[in-house]
Amino acid sequence: MDLSTTYLGLKLKNPLMPGASPLVDDISVVRALEDAGASAIVMHSLFEEQITQEQVAEFAHTEGHAESFAEATSYFPAMADYSLGPERYLRQIERIKEATDLPVIGSLNGATPGGWTHYAKYIEQAGADALEINVYYVATDPREPGNEVEARTLDILRDVKASVSIPVAVKLSPFFSSPAHFAMQLDDAGAAGVVLFNRFYQPDIDIEELEATPHLELSRSPELRLRLRWAAILHGSLKGDIAISGGVHTMEDVIKAVMAGASGVQLVSTLLRKGPTQLGYLLAQLRNWMEEHEYTSLEQMRGSMSLRKCPDPSAFERANYLKVLQLWRLDARRKQGWPGPAEPRV
Amino acid sequence: MLDANEAVASVSYRVNEFCAIYPITPSSPMAEFADEWSAAGRRNIWGAVPSVIEMQSEGGAAGALHGALQAGSLCSSFTASQGLLLMIPNMYKIAGELTPCCLHVTARAVATHALSIFGDHSDVMACRQTGFAMLAAGSVQESHDFAAIAQAATLETRVPFLQFFDGFRTSHEVSKIEILDDDTLRALIRDDCVAAHRERALTPDRPMIRGTAQNPDAFFQAREACNRYYDEATARIRAVMERFAELTGREYRPFDYEGDPEAERVVIIMGSGAEAAGETCEWLNKQGEKTGVIKVRLYRPFSAEDFLAALPASVRSIAVLDRTKEPGALGEPMFLDVSTVLREAAQSGGRPELNEVRVIGGRYGLGSKEFNPAMVKAVYDELAKDDPKPRFTVGVNDDVTGMSLEVDESFELDQPEVKEAIFFGLGSDGTVGANKNSIKIIGEETDNFAQGYFVYDSKKAGAMTVSHLRFGPDPIRSTYLIRQAGFVACHRFELLETVDVLGHAAHGATLLLNTPCPPEEVWDRLAKELQETIIKKELKVYAIEASKVARECGMAGRINTIMQTCYFAISGILEKDEAIRHIKNAIDKTYGKRGQSVVDRNFRAVDSALANMVELEIPRETTAKRVLPPIVDPAAPDFVQRVTAMMLAGKGDLLPVSAFPVDGTWPTDTARWEKRNIAEEVPVWESDICIQCNKCAVVCPHAAIRPKVFKPEALEGAPDGFKSVKFRSRELEGFLYALQVAPEDCTGCNVCVEVCPAKDKSNPSRKAINMAPRIPLLEQERANYSFFLDIPDPDRAILKDDVKTTQFMRPLFEYSGACAGCGETPYVKLLTQLFGDRLLIANATGCSSIYGGNLPTTPFTVDACGRGPAWSNSLFEDNAEFGFGMRAGIEQTRVYAEVLLQKFAPVVGDDFVAAVIACQTGDEAAVREQRERVEALRSKLKDSDDAEAKTLLQIADYLVPKSVWIVGGDGWAYDIGFGGLDHVIASGRNVNILVLDTEVYSNTGGQQSKATPLGAVAKFCMAGKAIPKKDLALMASTYGSVYVARVAMGAKDNHTVKAFVEAESFPGPSLIIAYSHCVAHGYNMAMGLDQQKKAVACGYWPLFRYDPRRADAGENPMKLDSAAPKSSLSEFTANETRFHMLKRINPERAEALQQMAAESVRERFALYEKMAAGPSTKGKPAADANS
Repeated sequence: MDLSTTYLGLKLKNPLMPGASPLVDDISVVRALEDAGASAIVMHSLFEEQITQEQVAEFAHTEGHAESFAEATSYFPAMADYSLGPERYLRQIERIKEATDLPVIGSLNGATPGGWTHYAKYIEQAGADALEINVYYVATDPREPGNEVEARTLDILRDVKASVSIPVAVKLSPFFSSPAHFAMQLDDAGAAGVVLFNRFYQPDIDIEELEATPHLELSRSPELRLRLRWAAILHGSLKGDIAISGGVHTMEDVIKAVMAGASGVQLVSTLLRKGPTQLGYLLAQLRNWMEEHEYTSLEQMRGSMSLRKCPDPSAFERANYLKVLQLWRLDARRKQGWPGPAEPRV
Repeated sequence: MLDANEAVASVSYRVNEFCAIYPITPSSPMAEFADEWSAAGRRNIWGAVPSVIEMQSEGGAAGALHGALQAGSLCSSFTASQGLLLMIPNMYKIAGELTPCCLHVTARAVATHALSIFGDHSDVMACRQTGFAMLAAGSVQESHDFAAIAQAATLETRVPFLQFFDGFRTSHEVSKIEILDDDTLRALIRDDCVAAHRERALTPDRPMIRGTAQNPDAFFQAREACNRYYDEATARIRAVMERFAELTGREYRPFDYEGDPEAERVVIIMGSGAEAAGETCEWLNKQGEKTGVIKVRLYRPFSAEDFLAALPASVRSIAVLDRTKEPGALGEPMFLDVSTVLREAAQSGGRPELNEVRVIGGRYGLGSKEFNPAMVKAVYDELAKDDPKPRFTVGVNDDVTGMSLEVDESFELDQPEVKEAIFFGLGSDGTVGANKNSIKIIGEETDNFAQGYFVYDSKKAGAMTVSHLRFGPDPIRSTYLIRQAGFVACHRFELLETVDVLGHAAHGATLLLNTPCPPEEVWDRLAKELQETIIKKELKVYAIEASKVARECGMAGRINTIMQTCYFAISGILEKDEAIRHIKNAIDKTYGKRGQSVVDRNFRAVDSALANMVELEIPRETTAKRVLPPIVDPAAPDFVQRVTAMMLAGKGDLLPVSAFPVDGTWPTDTARWEKRNIAEEVPVWESDICIQCNKCAVVCPHAAIRPKVFKPEALEGAPDGFKSVKFRSRELEGFLYALQVAPEDCTGCNVCVEVCPAKDKSNPSRKAINMAPRIPLLEQERANYSFFLDIPDPDRAILKDDVKTTQFMRPLFEYSGACAGCGETPYVKLLTQLFGDRLLIANATGCSSIYGGNLPTTPFTVDACGRGPAWSNSLFEDNAEFGFGMRAGIEQTRVYAEVLLQKFAPVVGDDFVAAVIACQTGDEAAVREQRERVEALRSKLKDSDDAEAKTLLQIADYLVPKSVWIVGGDGWAYDIGFGGLDHVIASGRNVNILVLDTEVYSNTGGQQSKATPLGAVAKFCMAGKAIPKKDLALMASTYGSVYVARVAMGAKDNHTVKAFVEAESFPGPSLIIAYSHCVAHGYNMAMGLDQQKKAVACGYWPLFRYDPRRADAGENPMKLDSAAPKSSLSEFTANETRFHMLKRINPERAEALQQMAAESVRERFALYEKMAAGPSTKGKPAADANS
């Protein structure tokens, strides 16, 4: 059974790889992922902003009190090795390269043009085989037009491309008004692939404390559908590859991702829930399913359900909306009747 | 370019194998350097990495040192002052056993009438009799060199050495020196002597016994048996000095003479003062005078032969200057030594002409009092008199005994080749750090010699720093402050009004100002006196809005590199671009590893500096109408006006001896006269949102936000804009409530806003208090606060012991010098609110004794009746015993009062006597009633002529219960004072102990204590602490007779209040361990209470109260007051630099320690649960009770 794939110019033995997550922080977990059959390792994102904030905060908390009082001209030991730069991240790339035979895909979220290029270079120098630039950006400023966001992202891609020689993919959010057009522009600008999609952590509201609380929920399979739609739309339109990240939990999810056009399938939530062996389990199931369904290679199914090839493309288009909505109204509720509130609250 | 602490440590570390250390100012940096080098694997000259171990006290360090020496190792330690005194018993032993070793001491005053962290020789002089050789250095270079000479000499002579240099003046002076390399050290230290030392080691392979007990038949002779070693020591030391000179070209002798070969007047002096003396002598001789200085290097053994050889034959009069005081002696020690030498030489040494030499002796420089050329000249002038004062002081105006010499304050050495600059800055703005870099740049990148010396504030929050920088073509020997500089910078505009900044500017000097306004407005903002001085002195004035520039560069509050760049640009020391390149290199070197973004922002600041600096055009006439405000309010008491105000103005040196108390007793209630105005922003009360919980007040570290309840009629005369609302209370209907900020005392820490739970429902970003810029609010809020303070406090009888109502009790601890956001002071303040009118505090040395008792002003105050806390600090190590003694003394006086009272039973009535005697302890109400009884007693006996009646009235107040609290930090309670604390809690006496647990030695800069948590990084445990924090609370509870509570105000403030009240009411010993967040934890202190909450929520800091009274009632004495861990330990630790630092350096170890710590937290909580679960089980876990 040929599960091999090519993603970002890397020949991979299969499309399954852990996506950006804390899984890569522990070398023993990385080794377990390799043993389970992972084809590559995607590093968690190096957030320039976080590094900057950490540095500035540490500076304020330590230097702000130093040299103020005769008896205590400092409050922390002077440590030659104490570094608040990206060294730890870079060292982890090196360690993973040493500990495994897997290609490593670095992931970077910059905050400044300089930061993007510097850190990209560092990641390449640390041994990464490819780089994913993670456009995790929430456009909170109502005065900022969408085309500026897109233009900036393209500039970043060009700058990063100019500073490194490894392939560069862009991890997108679903919140572009015309994701397909934007993906095309990225493709034209030299992106070796697009990763669909980033999951923004949605803050919750604490109604007692009147606070917005950061919230992280692991993904579930239904989230895959958004990715499937856009992978299906994009497949065949791009020179670069497509990876799906978010909502892949089962063997069926993996197959759907590939059928929609993905060359790479990134797993996070399911691995966090079930551990590294889940990847091996999915691979085994994938193999079985393909055998049962008489596929000989993954290539056969890649993009088979894309917009261009699938028997009913309208399912991926607007028409799908009306149809589904009508079905829901008719079938789901009218037949069963409305249940009403569970318990009236006093 | 380095300071003497680093210079000495660099030698000592390289020529030793083991350092037993303990932090004490100003020597701590030596130990810190040694520890850092050891942690970094730096090797000594023999290729091994020395081991550096912190002990529980200097006594412990000396014991460890003694032991390691006995085992044949080469060992050292670093200490000062009280620390050195604690080493004395072992020093006798080490010397008595002729054991080579060298202690390095930053000479510091020993506490007498007051503690002083500053330099004099009273500590080393207390070691004269131990048998240690004493070698005194006067400069950074000498300190470095003498560390090497002492080590070589101790090995050759077998006499142990105490090598010392002046605390702060030398230990903290940054200077350009030549560093001894390893080869030189190897050449200097004889291998055969090292081998001989090892041969003498105790080993079972060559067994012997040392430390025997000897009887009258043997002891004396055996004590004399070592004499030969001392007799020969000087010659050997001289030989080492000669060898050193051959190796380095730097010549030293036991006594170095400097001056005219035919000098008639000679000063004998040791330490840094010798530099100032030498410099002055040289200048005087150039003017045609014949003066000289003998610099005493080797003070013990004192070689008469070497001394006489150094003394010019032409000498007619000698002044011996001692930097110590020996009250009651004929003279200070060195004066007596010199007198003896001269007397003997004249009588039997063949030098009869010395009989004609007049010798006088004087004291100078105690507690780092300035010793400058004007004072040196005064001594030479005195020597020139026909009838000089035989004993004198110099540097103070002793208008009581008339001992002091007249000093011509205008006298300065004319040294045009030396450039001088003074910078007035804030600790937090980084001025000192930048100036250290500047002086390094000048010293290392130019041919100049350079010197930097830094003066710090007595306060921690909003602290002022003054940097003194000198450079010139010759070595700088000026071991005193700059008085008139050619360049003066003022990094905080407001300082111009409170400190005589312009007084330090020489005529024609350059003045650089950081201004809060555009340069064109600066002139109009200057008070009339300042304008006058600028015009009169013809100052060139440059201005820059540095704070604004810093903000724009993302460096809010840090103006140091901006001002540094301006300094280089104006002074022209280096070509502009070159200076900027060096400044940037220094920034990169300092911060490069820890943050490129910090480097980049600093670079931006440097690049923006010059474009924003403007030279002001100075008008010919003053234009200001406004004059400088008085230093303190004219309403302040006389003492504050006469004494405190002078000290606040930085003119304390001018106060005469008569201005001071003779016994160290000072009035309290002085902090309120020092209006520091340091906050950028202060809290503003939104009365419509406020729920009147008073949490803001309980947590305020500086008592700068206060609530009050009062009747509406109290509002009469209130300033417009004074806010009050209806008080939400069923018991006090019709009362009003006000929450008021003290705008001039607030430090702007933001803790109150963080803790405020009340939010505007429509706009939750608005709370019941919010920070707002202070300046626009100042006038209104100042008036409001003044009015607020005059509203009478509510009757304490109507208040309860809960958080809300305790805050209506007047804090008798206010506006201390603690750090902004301090985690300790809210507990101390609460203590004074609850029991302040009957409170005695024994305070261990440390942060709490510094913010509690460091002059010029102190924070303890009085209530409306004039009662308030009485406070004292004895030592670091003895605080529990000190407080115990207070209690014993109070009880004995009360016993006597009761005896007398009973004698007057026929007058006052038996029932009255019984009622008085019955009230031994008691709550607020009982104390009030007892006070009324005592008043009744006074009125009954006031006309009595009976002597015993008079005595009874004198001590009658002792019949009112007193609350004795022993307060200190974890360094005291867990380490140095633990033995005493343990003894005191085992005594059963009614004392209360409050441990302000910051989990490090905070006051000396964050060294680990046994309270430091597992996994945390601190000084002296750079690899992260590998064993859990000592559970002092649990240990104390095992006695079963001690009230013990562990509290964290941020987690459960009511629990804290309850524990304080219970502890006080418990008629035996009580111990409260209070979690105190601290700047040494490395996060924003505004979040301190939140971190306390996290510490409790994850089980790291379980709250409990162990009350033996419950056991007496058949209940379990242990009450666990916090729930089982709800969150992971990492949720607490992740926010603090002390924990995440290790993750950056050694992630594997950090992870391993974190896991151990989590396990330890789980185990300990389970143990507490067990203890709290069972029936009455005094002191033992319930599960074990039946086994």
